[in-house]
Amino acid sequence: MKIRRELWFGLAVMALIVIPVVVFTPWGDLLDGHLARADLGVLGLLMLALVVVAIMLGFPTAFTLMGMGMIFAWLAYRSVDPDLAVQQTLDLMVQRAYAVMSNDVLIAVPLFVFMGYIVERAALIERLFRSLHLALARVPGSLAVATIVTCAIFATATGIVGAVVTLMGLLALPAMLRAGYDVRVAAGAITAGGCLGILIPPSVMLIVYGATAGVSVVKLYAGAFFPGIMLATLYVGYVVILAKLRPNLMPPLPQAERQVPLPSVARMLAPRRRNALAGLLAGLVTPGVPKTAVLGQLVATLLPLLVAVALVTLTYRSVTEPVVELNTAGLVEAGGALAAAGSESEASTGLIGAPPEAVAAPNDPSAQDSGAQDAQAALQPEATPGPDAGAALAPSASDGASAAVERLPTPAWFWAFLAAALAIVCVLYWLWTWERLEVFKMLLASFFPLAMLILAVLGSIVFGLATPTEAAAVGAFGGLLLAIAYRYIEHYRSSGRAGAVWTTTRDMGSILKESSFLTAKTSAMVCWLFVGSSIFSAAFALLGGQDLIERWVLSLGLTPIQFMLLAQLIIFILGWPLEWTEIIVIFMPIFIPLLPKFGIDPLFFGLLVALNLQTAFLSPPVAMAAFYLKGVAPPHVTLNQIFAGMVPFMGIQIVALAMLYTWPQIGLWLPEVLYGR
Amino acid sequence: MQKLFLSIDKLSTWAGQAFSWLIVALTLQICWEVFSRYVLGAPNAWSLDVMIMLYGTLFMMAGAYTLSKNGHVRGDVLYGFFQPRTQATLDLLLYLAFFIPGVIALTYAGYYYAADSWRIDEHSNMTAGGPPVYPFKAVIPIAGAFLLLQGLVEIARCVICLRDGDWPSRVRDVEEVDVDKLKQMVQGEHRTDLPAGEDHR
Repeated sequence: MKIRRELWFGLAVMALIVIPVVVFTPWGDLLDGHLARADLGVLGLLMLALVVVAIMLGFPTAFTLMGMGMIFAWLAYRSVDPDLAVQQTLDLMVQRAYAVMSNDVLIAVPLFVFMGYIVERAALIERLFRSLHLALARVPGSLAVATIVTCAIFATATGIVGAVVTLMGLLALPAMLRAGYDVRVAAGAITAGGCLGILIPPSVMLIVYGATAGVSVVKLYAGAFFPGIMLATLYVGYVVILAKLRPNLMPPLPQAERQVPLPSVARMLAPRRRNALAGLLAGLVTPGVPKTAVLGQLVATLLPLLVAVALVTLTYRSVTEPVVELNTAGLVEAGGALAAAGSESEASTGLIGAPPEAVAAPNDPSAQDSGAQDAQAALQPEATPGPDAGAALAPSASDGASAAVERLPTPAWFWAFLAAALAIVCVLYWLWTWERLEVFKMLLASFFPLAMLILAVLGSIVFGLATPTEAAAVGAFGGLLLAIAYRYIEHYRSSGRAGAVWTTTRDMGSILKESSFLTAKTSAMVCWLFVGSSIFSAAFALLGGQDLIERWVLSLGLTPIQFMLLAQLIIFILGWPLEWTEIIVIFMPIFIPLLPKFGIDPLFFGLLVALNLQTAFLSPPVAMAAFYLKGVAPPHVTLNQIFAGMVPFMGIQIVALAMLYTWPQIGLWLPEVLYGR
Repeated sequence: MQKLFLSIDKLSTWAGQAFSWLIVALTLQICWEVFSRYVLGAPNAWSLDVMIMLYGTLFMMAGAYTLSKNGHVRGDVLYGFFQPRTQATLDLLLYLAFFIPGVIALTYAGYYYAADSWRIDEHSNMTAGGPPVYPFKAVIPIAGAFLLLQGLVEIARCVICLRDGDWPSRVRDVEEVDVDKLKQMVQGEHRTDLPAGEDHR
């Protein structure tokens, strides 16, 4: 039998663990028929080594942990009182299982997973990619940049690495190869981008870490937000610089690929005026041009203005608010998203018919038109946490008059903010060509609803409006609405209204069914692993393995920095053979109790771990992302090329890790501002 | 014999799929709770208890289903490179060493745990007058029994594989990364995706 190279690697790793264990275990003490306290600690370490070997043999990890934990817990109890040992072991197991069943942190796992599966099936990734690639056409390496951005957003919303990488492999890889991109760059962008979903919140990994380490998931989400964005930005920056330096790796798109098809109205009006806003306004009075169509385009054009007005109004209202309240200015976009996601996808089909004058006076209670929905929707959640929760349904604009009586003086920075907003809007409309209008509408139909959904879920968690569980459930519901909207639009185009209702209903039935089944399987996987590991770590603690490790680590006399580097290095190495679930549920309980000894914040440690585990997806031989991509790539793309493409991105991850370590404020600033740690 | 195994497979799948609908119930229940708390101003005290019960039942009962679809996470460093016979030998040994004792113990302990709760008519103490928790605790032995049955089938699979040199096939099920389906999704969109903007009148 010819043994393959990979097999040798695995066997070598195993030998590295087994041989020292066999050599250093004091077998004489263990087998002399009497287990002393010191022997138990040794037994604990032996158990840890054994479990790593057993996991590497490939048996379902949850049951390996459960069985081994049971055996060793029994040994530990037996050394104290042989008569009670069996009963105590059974009690321990069932109590641990029940603790996982009634864990109020892990409950968010199935909900986020469910949301992910539904969003994945909403059939919007292709729109997202197409619109982003047109929007970014001028950027060097535009396709790769669009790929990373699409991956980041889609992976964040779904959190399913395998599906994102596969879909982008089907969608973006052929596009990039057609455009003459280097295979390695293309593969690296897809695999690295697809893995961002486990870092950028809302991610399941952070929930699992929070449940293991006893850190608030809310703080973890707030903390992981900027590091996640930073990593995505570093990826994009790397691709842009590379494309600038070596254009032969990523040639610019040919003109034909950048062409944005214009609708008939635009084609009619475009030759007269280059600026779309001016053109549309002129179109209103030009004879022979369909007025409804022009109006529809005008609404889309005025949306940015509308958002800017809403933003400024809301900021004004909140800074001059007499009562001390949460500063929710940053939440404007986030909070409005749930409602806005619905209305925005309507906007893309031209269903909105808002008179522009309704926009000019958002404080006017009569401005309750559908066109003002965006502004209103953005205001609603702001009213939600207020004292009168019952008034949440009523647009908060209506109580503007009563609040105006005792307003605070307007701070100076508000005027600067107003001026900046005004300048941005002016520049925007100055550059507002017909092509840009079309791209904007495409983004409106794909990018914004998804971004809004993510920001709404994240915003309501981070700003304390909802628990992660509630936000996840509402997010899943929002995803469902999104899926219905997209499916309906798609069917509406192909088969008209009557057929569309029926086919959408049928589609949604199968989406719900598939998503539920997949959710059940994934949550069972994660939560049973938790049951197993919690029995295992109880046994480990009973044996005193934890004490032994603690004493050993403290005896090394490490400085906090050395300890941190060592811990991250161990996690990095564990990422080669193991998956993130296993690393977090098995090894974090060993690291976490050590953190206070070195004065390290478990929240900060969690952020470093989350960033570090990105590499676990990209490091061979268990680089799942590479195998998913290989599965759908054209035959001439080899696994080695994919691995080679991932290496620079792994380098960036390490740079990001170093940056976060050097400037912890990247991660800790937001939680500190929000929760005043 | 073969037939019996297949029907156990089907039983686990059926039970798991039936209980997986709880995620829809859970989503709707939480959404309703959010709506009724923030909008109607009428929070329900029992809400958190119900959430936890739905979640716990969901994942416990899906354990056997996941096992029957080979969905529990494995350390895949070496396993994937082994011959099927080697895989089956290792699996068989570890099922007998870890799985069977562990799950039997959990089921046995869970039975008495639930029976105690049942006897004293235990109610949740998270809020005053909380809902009864004994049915929820009864999920532990029931899920354990399903898991045990499915484990026996998996052991039989290992034996068949040792005999034939190849793994017997599993009943097909919806998969997380179903390449054919994703391909269809991407190409399906190609077909219907008209040039952008045409939908605006």
